[in-house]
Amino acid sequence: MYTTELDDNKKKPATVPSAPEDPVRLAAFEARVAADDFIEPKDWMPEAYRKTLIRQISQHAHSEIVGMLPEGNWITRAPSLRRKAVLLAKVQDEGGHGLYLYAAAETLGTSRDEMIEALHSGRAKYSTIFNYPTLTWADIGAIGWLVDGAAIMNQVPLQRTSYGPYARAMVRICKEESFHQRQGYEIMMTLAAGTAEQKRMAQSALDRWWWPSLMMFGPPDDNSPNSAQSMRWRIKRETNDQIRQKFIDVTVPQAEAIDLQVPDPALKWNETRGSYDFGEIDWEEFYAVVRGEGPLAKERMNARVKAWEEGAWVREAAMAHADKRRVRAAAE
Amino acid sequence: MSKEWPLWEVFVRAKNGLAHKHVGSVHAADGRMAIEAARDTYTRRMEGISLWVVPSASIVASDPNDAGELFEPAADKVYRHPTFYSIPDHIKNI
Ligand SMILES: [Fe+2]
Ligand SMILES: [Fe+2]
Repeated sequence: MYTTELDDNKKKPATVPSAPEDPVRLAAFEARVAADDFIEPKDWMPEAYRKTLIRQISQHAHSEIVGMLPEGNWITRAPSLRRKAVLLAKVQDEGGHGLYLYAAAETLGTSRDEMIEALHSGRAKYSTIFNYPTLTWADIGAIGWLVDGAAIMNQVPLQRTSYGPYARAMVRICKEESFHQRQGYEIMMTLAAGTAEQKRMAQSALDRWWWPSLMMFGPPDDNSPNSAQSMRWRIKRETNDQIRQKFIDVTVPQAEAIDLQVPDPALKWNETRGSYDFGEIDWEEFYAVVRGEGPLAKERMNARVKAWEEGAWVREAAMAHADKRRVRAAAE
Repeated sequence: MSKEWPLWEVFVRAKNGLAHKHVGSVHAADGRMAIEAARDTYTRRMEGISLWVVPSASIVASDPNDAGELFEPAADKVYRHPTFYSIPDHIKNI
């Protein structure tokens, strides 16, 4: 989930209410949202709603963009031409997802440059999952299966989020995500049915990606300060714990089907709840990664900043060229 | 001879949550008049709740002659579709 609110301080609410809103307009807005109406860019909205959305959508966009790095790392080393074409197509989709989301955030009055600056300066967060390394080819399988699987779990309800441009971006994204998860699972399935060494690779990737994937859904509900307001505003449609449980319930049988072990000794089907019970998540690790202490946080940001800086001359040259053509066309 | 009013492309949002959709065009002297003309022309039967008008001259369209090179490359990339991957039926929710 690329969209859990990622604040490094779990106690402080992320949104400090600014000037009090006009109570009549606020009540009308709340009523519309409660009735599942969509809010569109020119509609009146409370400042806190606008700010929360800008933060959430831009974090989501940053996650799509940074998310290209761990996988991009494997494009040249994919084991076959087929796998290479598929991975390239997936990474290309993620770039597109970033673009849809940046564009949706821009309808709220922020700019692309502002958002990118916030990412590069470390003020904006992105999903902690992308600060883990991709050690073997099996990690590409695990990412597609688990990370994209978790993203789908989170994003499907957001197709009905209250802000129109965000909801519409989510519809496009969800349509494209399905192949991401299936290609990942296919890689895992193939490795799990391969040689003993290939199966070990698949198991080790699952071992390393399972817990970080569960953390993608964000802190537990009782530690998620903005959850209630976001739920009321339909910026979030299900709680972190609800989506996490759903993910576990559908993913465990998928692991069993290819004879891989979910690395959680406490994992057990609970007949009464109709769900799996699962072990304690290491939230200290999560908050450390949010604070930028993830294994690859620095490397990821350096790669982003480097790409941005080294691409500057291209952006400038394209503008200069367009300006020159405009002047020439005006003179004719 | 007076100058012809410019052409505007009209987009209607049927209801919140849906994107504006192109419905046609109108001639009008400026944007405001174009909105009014679009309202009278395209939303007389509750077709929408929001209008966009865009000067037709501002639209940059792809050249039909380029359609091959622009769009055909997508045709042989079936792996962009989920159905390309075969996953046994007993594996659910994927
Ligand atoms: Fe994505
Ligand atoms: Fe994806």
